Amino acid sequence: MLILRCPYCGVDADETELAPGGEAHLKRFGPGSGDDDFHDYLFTRENPRGVHFERWRHAHGCGKWFHAARATDTLQVFGTYPAQTSEPPKEVLALIRAARPGWSWREFA
Amino acid sequence: MSEPISALKMAGFDGLARVEDCGLQGMITLRGDLSARAVKSAVTAATGLTGPKQPGPLQIVSGKSGSAAWMSPDEMLLLCPYGETGSVLAAMQEKLAKVHALAVDVSDARVQLQVAGPSAREVMAKLCPLDLSPENFQPGTIRRTRMAQIPAALWMVDEATFRVICFRSVADYAFNLLKTAAHPESGVGYF
Repeated sequence: MLILRCPYCGVDADETELAPGGEAHLKRFGPGSGDDDFHDYLFTRENPRGVHFERWRHAHGCGKWFHAARATDTLQVFGTYPAQTSEPPKEVLALIRAARPGWSWREFA
Repeated sequence: MSEPISALKMAGFDGLARVEDCGLQGMITLRGDLSARAVKSAVTAATGLTGPKQPGPLQIVSGKSGSAAWMSPDEMLLLCPYGETGSVLAAMQEKLAKVHALAVDVSDARVQLQVAGPSAREVMAKLCPLDLSPENFQPGTIRRTRMAQIPAALWMVDEATFRVICFRSVADYAFNLLKTAAHPESGVGYF
């Protein structure tokens, strides 16, 4: 069972209060992009054993979307942050580097 | 002319705590930039609460003519007497005329239930994934959460009384849930 802190209302929300939204920080390829880029944007997802960045929605609370960085194997949560960003905040990356030396996830490491 | 009636027709149940329909309650949803002056003055018009007394995150505050509850960073729920909803809304619309904000009467879309008694915390804690211990949850706090399978907002009016707001369409389900959780032989005695 996951407990994530919603960065908007500040509560520690139980997983059942949240709705999952898949992978975070997707780079969008829309009209005019190449077939391969569009295919990857649409279908190719990370499925790591370890550090992962995800989107979650505080569906039964304030209703806002946010991002979470966590480990899929230990369920350790490195941090949550508002969704209006294209990359994880420095503090979160620093925490992940400390806990998981040598990790990488897409272009982040 | 149709008579407004509350969703559960004032049903009540006595168990570990008294569960009852609170009857008709005026409710206005306000969405907008809560820090904007016009939005604050609309809240003042509705509840009598002046700027600094208006609720911050997870707070519910009562004023002279109503209460204001923080729902999300851009949403507030205002409670007022049912019969005054129209006039309160009109006063708010006047204040909100020039800003991007929305105030809507949602009184008839909701049901308000009360759970009262020394075991009220326990009854609510059986249904919601919240820390409802006295150290963590006190009168003045409001939480939107999940009550078994439905969304609900709950707060305490005093140390032994909870108020719960749910959608009217699930009023019956919510009442039955609370009845089960308040069954006289289902005490846990945790708090």
